Amino acid sequence: MRFRSIVPAVAASLALLTAPALRAETPADFLKEFESAARAADPGFKGLSSQRGEQFFKATHGGEWSCASCHTQNPAATGKHAKTGKEVAPLAPAANAERFASPAKVEKWFKRNCNDVLGRVCSPQEKGDLLAWLVTVKK
Amino acid sequence: MNMIGSRVNRAFPGLFAAAALALATGPARADGHVYPLTSEPYKAECGASCHVAYPPQLLPAASWRKLMSGLDKHFGTDASLDAKTAREIGDYLDAAAGTKKKVSADGAPLRISETRWFRHEHGEELPASVWSNPKVKSPANCEACHTQAAQGDYGERSLRVPR
Repeated sequence: MRFRSIVPAVAASLALLTAPALRAETPADFLKEFESAARAADPGFKGLSSQRGEQFFKATHGGEWSCASCHTQNPAATGKHAKTGKEVAPLAPAANAERFASPAKVEKWFKRNCNDVLGRVCSPQEKGDLLAWLVTVKK
Repeated sequence: MNMIGSRVNRAFPGLFAAAALALATGPARADGHVYPLTSEPYKAECGASCHVAYPPQLLPAASWRKLMSGLDKHFGTDASLDAKTAREIGDYLDAAAGTKKKVSADGAPLRISETRWFRHEHGEELPASVWSNPKVKSPANCEACHTQAAQGDYGERSLRVPR
């Protein structure tokens, strides 16, 4: 009897422990995060599009640079900083396991690079589309 | 060398030993073009992605303060940091900044390449074609020639000017 009353409590704590991580740690986690943020921001949200993500990556958005200016047209390749010439490690998760593994890094680089390329922050839809494409890029 | 050494040593006991000690220890190695980089946040945030971690010793503290206060517009790019990291790195740069006249002779420049010292070291012997080489591209790209720049080593031994 006593055990039976403990079981649900133990099960509940286990469920908490094994619940999806609150912090995104994999590209799939980030995809989910961007998708739900995009849905929350736009009632007419129709899903992420890897095709739109690729276009976004390669377009200059009215400024001088595109994402590809430093990351090159192939995000699985080693890039080169457009100003300093320093090597930029590949962006596609298939080619570089460190990408989309840390929320702080993802936030930092989207903030900086969206500001550099678009002169504004990127929307969750844009980030989601981009990542939807990046995860399809093979090494 | 031995003769001079022993003569100097006789005339100024201790001086020779002090010089030998200075050669063997940290700060004096900076004169041998090796600059210690002792802050992990500095190396991670200012030396991993866009350029090498430049030697803090090569600009005066006033320059680093100006740089740190304008990271959102950092030579045409947004290099902003979270407040905690920025404070840590700012404190490190303040403590490690150059104090010698050679780095502060021209006020507080924002680029190491604008110091008289840099121009002297790079200007006189190098043909202009070195800078226009696409493998070099910019004086900001230390690693193009100083192959161990990421470790703070700008010594002659690791210097390879690409053709």
